[in-house]
Amino acid sequence: MHHYSFFSLLSGALGRHRRWSQAWRSPTPRKAYDVVIVGAGGHGLATAYYLAKKHGIRNVAVLEKGWLGGGNTGRNTQVTRSNYFWPESAAFYEHSLQLYEGLSRDLNFNVMLSQRGILTLAHSHHELESLRRWANAIQVNDIDSELMTPEEIKKLVPLMNMEARFAVHGGFIQRRGGISRHDAVAWGYARGANALGVDIIQQCEVTGFCRQGERVVGVETSQGTIAAGSVVLSVAGHSTVLAGKLGLRLPISSMALQAMVSEPIKPCLDTVVLSPTVHMYVSQSDRGELVFGGGADIYTSYAQRGGLPAFYQNVTALLELFPAFRQLRLMRQWAGIVDITPDTTPIMGGTPVPGLYVNCGWGTGGYKAIPAGGDTMAHTVATGKAHPLIAKFGLERFTSGALIDEGAAAGVAH
Amino acid sequence: MLQISCPYCGVRDEEEFRFGGESHVTRPALDVDDRVWADYLFNRINPKGIAYERWLHSYGCGRWFNVARDTVTHEILAVYLMGAAKPQLSEVTPAREAQPKRVRTSEGSLS
Repeated sequence: MHHYSFFSLLSGALGRHRRWSQAWRSPTPRKAYDVVIVGAGGHGLATAYYLAKKHGIRNVAVLEKGWLGGGNTGRNTQVTRSNYFWPESAAFYEHSLQLYEGLSRDLNFNVMLSQRGILTLAHSHHELESLRRWANAIQVNDIDSELMTPEEIKKLVPLMNMEARFAVHGGFIQRRGGISRHDAVAWGYARGANALGVDIIQQCEVTGFCRQGERVVGVETSQGTIAAGSVVLSVAGHSTVLAGKLGLRLPISSMALQAMVSEPIKPCLDTVVLSPTVHMYVSQSDRGELVFGGGADIYTSYAQRGGLPAFYQNVTALLELFPAFRQLRLMRQWAGIVDITPDTTPIMGGTPVPGLYVNCGWGTGGYKAIPAGGDTMAHTVATGKAHPLIAKFGLERFTSGALIDEGAAAGVAH
Repeated sequence: MLQISCPYCGVRDEEEFRFGGESHVTRPALDVDDRVWADYLFNRINPKGIAYERWLHSYGCGRWFNVARDTVTHEILAVYLMGAAKPQLSEVTPAREAQPKRVRTSEGSLS
């Protein structure tokens, strides 16, 4: 594998870019692996990378029915933040943000992390009160957050209409939050895992499981049967479909979450703005496009395309807050199928089926969790014991009643 | 935009309705153990294909009813009253058969 650096770029340029090697192999699957990860999205690839890097487990395959990073990892709005309310979530997402902060160096791949801050708005006195409580909880968890007055917000985001239908009463900002390049995160982890010996097998759909008694000992795929010591499901919206083949029921609803981008314009918005009340978040990508989205469609779906009502709502909310954006044309609109749990907290760890692990339930916020999700799942699979950061994210919480209700910190209600 | 035929008011746009999740979930006896109760409270089939679900005509008559809907094509296959049994529907609906043909045509025209 090429190490990417200024000098490799220079030598690549001098060689007219003919000498670059492929970033990852496309191997045919072996008969057996220690760990088979289903789903080559961010979480699956990161799990493989940390299994190989931190735990020395390199006999790993990541199976993907489409192309890597082609599901929700390539469809999200690439926001990274750790402004959660409950201590369990705060510790986990802060770990993730810290890993993001060193990710480009760790992977030798520029993930273009831009910590431009994420501003959450309040549109009424009462909402400001609860934001104040939320911002305080974040500070108590030792994470940065600052309350902002309308004047400070106006200065930070001059284009915002403070006197919108729901006037802006204030907000809080996490300055370490921001955006990064979602494709680069998938590609960086894929390249890193590949260099450590992980097989990434695309166009390989898992159609069933092999069992020995209760235990899962392999997967049936479109490229044949593959034996596995452990199987990890990282398949987002398709979690219940695959788990259902093993008779395992999960508390997950698959919904379509839309996002869209405008035509590219010159820099005009240098922070991420999020409004829980009008259901809208927006940022400007490095290419100049406004990337925005909002609430999910109201019904369950596997269609990867959103309906008109949610789309209309997202656009109108954006234009009311930023009237200047009315003159822009929309370039693309799409949807990803997100796996929503009753408490908006993910489900991670072992399952009642021996040999099977799940990493799902990310709902609308899985992108920011990719590094920590991979790190903690790798630890859990390698040691057989849940990583301390995800000990409370297990499936058993639905039986014990110890839910972690992060409905509010999802940013927009779903 | 879904067009849902409320059994009481007729065909209306999706925005008048509220989605109520999986239908035909039966509450177990009150003395069951925590696992059975948790399964009843939280676990859902979440099918890829035909889903039997509850809808509420919240901005209309305010009444609940059942809908059989394909979660891949979004086609509504049946509307039936609360308390009625699930209609027997075959997994392969005409719309799902037609869908791949449409996709092939559009891909062909693009390439």
